[in-house]
Amino acid sequence: MSDGESAEGVRLVGIVKSFGATRVLAGLDLAVRAGEFLTLLGPSGCGKSTLLRIIAGLERQDQGTVAIAGRPVDHLPPAERDVAMVFQSYALYPHMTVAGNLATPLEMRRLSLFERLPVIRHLSPRRRRVMRGIMAEVRAVAEALRIEALLDRKPAQLSGGQRQRVALGRAMVRHPSVFLMDEPLSNLDAALRVEVRHELSDLHARLGTTFIYVTHDQVEAMTMSSRIALMDQGRILQLGTPDELYHRPASLAVARFIGSPSLTVLDTVADGGGGVRLGALRLPFGHRFAAGTRLAVGIRPEAFALPLGPEADGPALAARLVRAENLGAEWHLHVRLDLPEEPAAIVRLTAAEHEAARGLGLLDDPLTLVLQARGVHLFGPDGVRVEPDRVRTVVTE
Amino acid sequence: MRWRALLAWALSHLMLATGAVLMLAPFVWMLLTSIRPAEEVFGAVFNPIPSRFAGVENYAQALFASNVPRAMVNGAVVCLGILAVQLATALPAAYALARLPFPGRGMLFGLVLFGLTIPIQVPALPLYLALAETGLLDTFFALMFPFFLTVFGLFLFRQFFRTYPEEILQAARLDGMGEFEIVWRLAVPAALPAIGAFSVFSVVAHWNDLYWPLIVVTSTERATPPLGILAFRDAETGGNYGALMAGATLITAPLVVAFLVARRGFVRGLTMTGLK
Repeated sequence: MSDGESAEGVRLVGIVKSFGATRVLAGLDLAVRAGEFLTLLGPSGCGKSTLLRIIAGLERQDQGTVAIAGRPVDHLPPAERDVAMVFQSYALYPHMTVAGNLATPLEMRRLSLFERLPVIRHLSPRRRRVMRGIMAEVRAVAEALRIEALLDRKPAQLSGGQRQRVALGRAMVRHPSVFLMDEPLSNLDAALRVEVRHELSDLHARLGTTFIYVTHDQVEAMTMSSRIALMDQGRILQLGTPDELYHRPASLAVARFIGSPSLTVLDTVADGGGGVRLGALRLPFGHRFAAGTRLAVGIRPEAFALPLGPEADGPALAARLVRAENLGAEWHLHVRLDLPEEPAAIVRLTAAEHEAARGLGLLDDPLTLVLQARGVHLFGPDGVRVEPDRVRTVVTE
Repeated sequence: MRWRALLAWALSHLMLATGAVLMLAPFVWMLLTSIRPAEEVFGAVFNPIPSRFAGVENYAQALFASNVPRAMVNGAVVCLGILAVQLATALPAAYALARLPFPGRGMLFGLVLFGLTIPIQVPALPLYLALAETGLLDTFFALMFPFFLTVFGLFLFRQFFRTYPEEILQAARLDGMGEFEIVWRLAVPAALPAIGAFSVFSVVAHWNDLYWPLIVVTSTERATPPLGILAFRDAETGGNYGALMAGATLITAPLVVAFLVARRGFVRGLTMTGLK
């Protein structure tokens, strides 16, 4: 067995799932490495939660196979797949105490059915011994999550953040080989969400277990993930590190989804010489498309710079300021570019840049916007990103 | 304006009071008769308040010289027996109908609803014949058997389980619970208010039932409370309505006391299940 195989966390091959006539997953392949924090990111209804439930065994795929740690698990019920799940609603057992919630997964594994039956269970002498061991582990997990003071409470008496921790504890207590998380932060307020984000990252680093995390929130995905699988309509649009998704989006759809505020997309045509025209401006990309091919240029908000100094050098566009939003550390300028049909664009400035620009009178109409090469992407007629480096070498041949 | 509000208040209370009096009058009369001396029950002078407190002799006769205490014990055995089997069958079945996908589920539930429309009088004759054939007449089993499966309870619990959060069930399956264990560890504790409300319905119905015991029971040893009263009237007392009413009071008391104690929980159970 090679290293590649032994380091396998979860492998999905050709997963197809339909609900009635609606195809939710359309032949999806995904290899999750052991120990990585992989995020399934996408808009609601893209199939990410269904995929998670198929890995857990809560839904059955119509076609394809799921393997966990190199072992096919398609025939196994959820409890035997060695996965634990944290649900969006936390799904705590409402009438059990926190201790009872944390102990349940261990009781199910270590006690026989006879030892779990109501009333009759007290007849077993072994049960008391096993329960003592279980409660010691429950206490250890509760201490790790700093909820040991809550062990005797019922879920209804806990705050959202505390419930979230208990749900996490119930997943941790049995040391699964894969953690599945279905939007676990979406019911928390914004401040708590940031805090729990750090804690989840710490937890992942400490446990070294495979995490598969579902969210529609790109900030969660960008801040915590080793890799992100961006999904839409039952397919993976791009699988890569947060950096790759942001700086080298594989397609227009990826570029539009990742990044906030969203990037500006300008329709244009190839000029036959490897460049595109934006009004009077020519951007040399070094592509191979024939003259007249419809292309799209995507520009990140921070790729628009104001001519504050000699480093802001490059092709420039004129624009008219519509509205400026102050976010404290940065400003978002909503502008109309001086191009046919006056397309809208968003410009991101740091507070310092904004202040300097105001001092120099650069915010008076018309604005001059200098394009920075790093945040400008070209997309072909099929929406696929045109890689500038690769294309340039082809052209020079 | 104030006068109209006052008038409306007075009118609504008058109507409610009239209703309350109408509902309570038979009970009050029963209580009064149970402490009335025998010669006064059919006396020529109508006097609401008994001339002499005869409660001791009436209740003594009902308790010691009649079959009423025996009938109450029988009633308790029958009601609890019925209730236990009803819960043991209806809860898992209702969970399955509410939460487990299986072919024919819709049709099965349709049959359950259909069962709601069939009164006990319809299958009474075949049931009687079968019990007679198997020699089971005049037993506790005969008293309980037709009521073991409760369509109403099945329906009530199914509606309740449908509202139980799916994610908790999924978490339980991931934790390793089988479906039966989900029923007793998760569904039953959550359904306690509904179980309480159903238990009241079931116990009241079978405690007070006269129709079925009258058909299958002939001996006084198996008499249920209403049969006990019946036998008391026919055989032993003749015209002693004071003692008869004392027996009736004894038979009514457990249910009234139970309802007063559990009133709040009962109403909550009904509103929680959306039935009312």
